[in-house]
Amino acid sequence: MTVNATLERLGEATLRRLEEVGLAARFVGRVASSLVRLRWEAGQLVLQMARAGVDSVPLVLLTGLFSGMVLAYQTANQLLRLGGEGFVGGLIAVSMAREAAPVFAAVTVAGRVGAGFAAELGTMVVTEQVDALTVMGIDPLEYLVVPRAVALAVMLPVLVVLANAVGSVGGYVVSVVVGVPGSVYVDSVRLFLDLHDVLGGLVKAAVFGLLIALVACHKGLRASGGAAGVGQATTGAVVAAIAWVLAANYFLDVLLF
Amino acid sequence: MELSGLVEVEDLHKALGGQPVLRGISLVVAPGEAVAVLGPSGCGKTVFLRHLVGLLVPDRGEVRLDGEAIHRLSPQRLREVRAQVGVVFQGAALLDSLTVGENVAFPLRRHRRLPESRIQEIVAEKLNLVGMEGTEHKMPAELSGGMRKRVGIARALALDPKVVLYDEPTAGLDPVTARAVDRVMMEVRAKTQATTILVTHDLLTAFAVADRVAVMEAGRFVVVGSREEVRASPHPLVQAFLRSSGLLGVPQEAGSEA
Repeated sequence: MTVNATLERLGEATLRRLEEVGLAARFVGRVASSLVRLRWEAGQLVLQMARAGVDSVPLVLLTGLFSGMVLAYQTANQLLRLGGEGFVGGLIAVSMAREAAPVFAAVTVAGRVGAGFAAELGTMVVTEQVDALTVMGIDPLEYLVVPRAVALAVMLPVLVVLANAVGSVGGYVVSVVVGVPGSVYVDSVRLFLDLHDVLGGLVKAAVFGLLIALVACHKGLRASGGAAGVGQATTGAVVAAIAWVLAANYFLDVLLF
Repeated sequence: MELSGLVEVEDLHKALGGQPVLRGISLVVAPGEAVAVLGPSGCGKTVFLRHLVGLLVPDRGEVRLDGEAIHRLSPQRLREVRAQVGVVFQGAALLDSLTVGENVAFPLRRHRRLPESRIQEIVAEKLNLVGMEGTEHKMPAELSGGMRKRVGIARALALDPKVVLYDEPTAGLDPVTARAVDRVMMEVRAKTQATTILVTHDLLTAFAVADRVAVMEAGRFVVVGSREEVRASPHPLVQAFLRSSGLLGVPQEAGSEA
């Protein structure tokens, strides 16, 4: 009996999970179909690019600056002791371009923008605004999801460029303070940093942006049950978006570098 | 193709979360007719209304607008049909990132190619119809519940629909505002001649606005008829509604229906 009951519960849980996966896949399929049919809302796209991208600039600058500074502080101290000051600039620049800038910017944006998307769409669901769009003959995916997904996929790479820039400046300043000559730092960057590193980081950022928007919008549109439901959707969106970013980061690294 | 406004509901069944909500609903609403579905909270009224615009797909039975089963329409045809059905949601469901004027203009901008000046004229005209003239630049958050509902009605009328659906139009409003919204609905109906279907737990609204009233209990219609026929019905639920609305002259019992 107990074994049967356990198996039954396991079966039910598996089915529920599979249903979730099916729903998510269908959601992604529908968004992709709208994307390729160029059903883009220009006005909404510009609005979302401003909200998700431009408004995130200060936060991303801050995280980018400190990432570059902490990388410099750790590596410069260690490498100076070993006589490897010629590697400091390159190490920092490559780490920033490939990993630190895309991942930190994505995590920051998942918290700031992903939460916003999920909360906004969740509120629109529970106040029937999404139903209102549908009955006015407007596809909520085209009106709400596609502009957000495109906006974040475009703007996250832009934010990463900024994070790279301030991170490099921060890294330079800290390295010089710690004792690496400025010219050695710059030469090292020139020697080790390839365009490929930078572009790879930007490709990662675009994928992260798309992932964050899709996860957050999906969670938001599946919200139910009033304020508590919106809260749950928002928390779930941020956690899931960050997990997806970190998992995708590994596979993208394997593919790109 | 323009709708005439004929709405037919045949043997509609729907279960949600394993629980049957609608258990065989049938109703024919003639073009231009006004029918109220009256019932206590949780009896399935809103689920019924959501089927009329294809927001829910029936488990069994069907909803036809001008003879076309709504859940079998192509996405393109469904969009065309929905553009001719105005829906007023319970909480008005105004898009809260847009102003009142933009909300009313929203369906016009989507479905009609009109010059901006004409759109503004229609917006002003629809807002005037619901007594909300001059509020174009306000945000929904600045409005009271009754005002939001009026704007919701104006938006639903933007495309001159052949069918107007109201979901609990007076829920959450004080009695004075509720009667004012009743009057707006009556005026709208008189001016537009649109088929009107409203679901409500407010018997006064149902009697004020509708030609016929269908009383719903646990997913079924228990009484369907004119105001007089419903008023004369001995069904306990009808009696409870009449008592609680003060129409039987008996004081309302504490904690009774609606």
